[in-house]
Amino acid sequence: MRVRALAGLLSAVCAVLFSTAPAFGRKHGADPYARFRTELSGDQKIRHALNRLTFGARPGDEARIRSTGLKKWIDLQLHPARIAENPSLEARLRALDTLAMSSEELVRNYPTPQIVRLMASGQLPYPADPDRRMMVRRLAERFTRTQAQGNSAAGPAQPAMAALLTPEQIRALGSGPPLQRLAAFEEMPREKQDSVIEALPGGLRQQLFDIAPPELRRRIEMSFGPQQVVTRDLVEGKLLRAVYGERQLEEVLTDFWYNHFNVFLYKGADQYLVTAYERDAIRPHVLGKFRDLLEATAKNPAMLYYLDNWQSVAPAPAGARPARRGLNENYGRELLELHTLGVDGGYTQKDVTEVARCFTGWTIRQPERGGAFWFNPRAHDGGEKTVLGVQIAAGGGVDDGEKVLDILADHPSTAHFISRKLAQRFVADNPPPALVDRMARTFLKTGGDLREVMKTMFGSREFWSAGAYRSKVKTPLEIAAGAVRAMGGEVDYAFNLANLVGQLGEPLYRKQEPTGYSNSGKDWLNSAGLLARMNFALQLAANRVPGVKVKAADQAGIELGSPEFEMH
Amino acid sequence: MFTRRIFLRNSALAMVGSGAAPLWLERALYAADSPSPRKKILVAIFQRGAADGLNIVVPHGEKAYYDLRPTIAVPRPSSGAGREADAAIDLDGFFGLHPSLGPLQPLFAQGHLAVVDAAGSPDPTRSHFDAQDYMESGTPGVKATASGWMNRALPAEQGKLSPVRAVSLGPVLPRSLRGGQPAIAVESLGEFRVRNPQAAGEFERLYAQTDVPELEACGRETFEAVSLLQVIGKQPYAPSGGALYPRGRFGESLRQIAQLIKSDVGLEMAFADIGGWDHHVNELGQRASEGPLANVLREYGQALAAFWRDLGDRMADVALVTMSEFGRTAHENGDRGTDHGHANCMFVLGGGIRGGRVYGRWPGLRKEQLYEGRDLALTTDFRDVLGELVARHLGNPTLGPVFPGYEPKFLGLT
Repeated sequence: MRVRALAGLLSAVCAVLFSTAPAFGRKHGADPYARFRTELSGDQKIRHALNRLTFGARPGDEARIRSTGLKKWIDLQLHPARIAENPSLEARLRALDTLAMSSEELVRNYPTPQIVRLMASGQLPYPADPDRRMMVRRLAERFTRTQAQGNSAAGPAQPAMAALLTPEQIRALGSGPPLQRLAAFEEMPREKQDSVIEALPGGLRQQLFDIAPPELRRRIEMSFGPQQVVTRDLVEGKLLRAVYGERQLEEVLTDFWYNHFNVFLYKGADQYLVTAYERDAIRPHVLGKFRDLLEATAKNPAMLYYLDNWQSVAPAPAGARPARRGLNENYGRELLELHTLGVDGGYTQKDVTEVARCFTGWTIRQPERGGAFWFNPRAHDGGEKTVLGVQIAAGGGVDDGEKVLDILADHPSTAHFISRKLAQRFVADNPPPALVDRMARTFLKTGGDLREVMKTMFGSREFWSAGAYRSKVKTPLEIAAGAVRAMGGEVDYAFNLANLVGQLGEPLYRKQEPTGYSNSGKDWLNSAGLLARMNFALQLAANRVPGVKVKAADQAGIELGSPEFEMH
Repeated sequence: MFTRRIFLRNSALAMVGSGAAPLWLERALYAADSPSPRKKILVAIFQRGAADGLNIVVPHGEKAYYDLRPTIAVPRPSSGAGREADAAIDLDGFFGLHPSLGPLQPLFAQGHLAVVDAAGSPDPTRSHFDAQDYMESGTPGVKATASGWMNRALPAEQGKLSPVRAVSLGPVLPRSLRGGQPAIAVESLGEFRVRNPQAAGEFERLYAQTDVPELEACGRETFEAVSLLQVIGKQPYAPSGGALYPRGRFGESLRQIAQLIKSDVGLEMAFADIGGWDHHVNELGQRASEGPLANVLREYGQALAAFWRDLGDRMADVALVTMSEFGRTAHENGDRGTDHGHANCMFVLGGGIRGGRVYGRWPGLRKEQLYEGRDLALTTDFRDVLGELVARHLGNPTLGPVFPGYEPKFLGLT
């Protein structure tokens, strides 16, 4: 009886709680946007700017903005080239050499087993750099040994530790203070070191990795499989920039636009194509013209591969060879639905097919070798097309696709769709329509100048309102980078931190769906995620994230895992 | 089992006594005594990497099968060639199970296990990533679907629901379970908690006090699930009926799903996956019972059989269904493996399943019968199988939102 009464009471309490919370945020009268008219105080504005234009405030950031002046600080963030980059970040990024390489160089220098085999059999040249050449040769030898042993399924054969080292040496590597263990390793001749790295069991290898200087870390990474270095550098670079970069708005926007034009890193060849994609197609355009950004993604091998356009060819004429592949609408559909007009942007299935026809022949030379964009006239559908009511005359060749991009970049639906998405990321999960309209007008008036659209948003009353302030749940990346920033932490290497971002639900560069991750903060709320956030906070504060050091502080773990820190 | 449940109830009642018992727990505890029927449970298994259906449910009565696979076909059941243990286990005179699936044969013979052959997604893609995405969203060819079919298939209910209504075993919530209804990913029942107990108390207090309603609600849901799973996770669990789960993640996943089901805490949907099916090279060893396919099938078959045995009578409430994103080429390739193909086989296991039959029209393996001249053609849409389980097993007749734009045709599995 007592139990039932208590249950009844609980359910009554629940009913009250839920009835007062019909939508995300607090309820205020009939006008759902009323709170977007309440202006923030001066201090709140500074905190709000840090919340939305950066990956979280560091100690001292508020004071720095106060002395620069908020207006001027925002203007600088809108012109990242005028901000001197943090030299310590630049030095760290230089060590990640894959970030500056072309896709072709990546394939050559950090090859897959298949490419290693081609090199071993003389069908492809070894890397030019002597160190890398040596490392790849070693791999090739391992593969040859393995093949000779007829055990290809198990991967490269590993020499046993016991055959390489004395029991004393093995003990010295596995126990004692870090510096002593590192010294025991570095005492060995280089050749032996490489064999030992290959032979180390996973746990010991990770232990050595944790204490290794950057150059040795690289060699250990190579032994995991060189192609992994490429993806490790990518996530490493992203986190280092988020934590240490001075051009914070550019970082936030690079994250936003990569996500808008999402590519899944592990779809086949994309593993080698994403580095250049983010660096050359996304980052340079995040405050430029939308049309340039759109074209850069449309022509980039990473996108052509991810959405299959590279395989899309004109439908064969009736009675022709039946084996020929046909039209692939994948890119055409996502271009309209996700990249430009939006799902309600006023296009039909017929438009999707016509757009796909326009893009036939936009392909890649040898994607598996890091090949570049080229237009293949033989794959192109030369007929006349009609896209959104606009006629595209027959025989246009590569210009057909360009015309489609022109039509889409200028379209009012695109202006609205992009503006709303930006406002959802920067202002509120459900941004006021009046603000979105003003941003869309700027978009159309300026020919899709993204910096001007951002200025309209940052100049709006809605942006600086109580409706926007601390209204959004952080993404996992914002949690992880923000926690390190808030603690004034030091990142020696960020790979483990990046893995934790994945465990919080946002594996970086690994969103399979072309939709990208949600820009609505509340979509990140679920039980497993919340629990993971609390555990992450405790782990970081207790200095148990390998590669990251924070100053010990009482209650830091609780603060980083509190509801307060979830919102920004 | 009886004592265990009593113990569980006592622990939960202790929570009630302390004022910490959530409403649904009280309901779940008393549900077993009430005349109302227990909830039906659907368990979905995803074989990631495109399993080779033709070497799993072997069409040994089809000559073309042996022509297409000169070195990696599974021998006919009564071929007399080689050992019995390397031949297909006959099901119905035409189809047979791969020899590593021995533990499933009695379940088929007793009519609990049904096979649906030549089934899968009608979308022509041969990309693992696209095909898994389409199958999990339940919308082949449509990429923008935000949620998964299992989430949309959860029957609409009023009031407070169990925090473990929909559970995936593994580190991330799979596409199939994502969507508007609460669903959780659990790597291990015992590990679903804040790792520092003192901090747990502080977090719980902070989330109860926050003025952001959604955070408050999510925090409450979370801590409810945590206390519940801690109670369950702390019980020493001994599978019933002498069930032996194989080592490895998949067996462990099924064991924990069985544990959740037997704890009567409101589970309705469960998901687990098993990888290692992408056999482009040396799919079978020197014998059919050796090599990578045989190994993964042994784990798979043992785990399903252990699940059946462990749940015993409770299988009356449970249906388990398996799927893989697409099948593999009908012919073997140059490396004694197979490449990405089209149709595949699905298994359906449950107390209420009309098993002991291979469902679906067999399309044949002659060149002109193959899909695009190379793959097993598709005669059953995977949504026909899932739709029937959602409608007839779970009792959710509104399939429109579950499989938008498609009307499942039931095969009569239930």
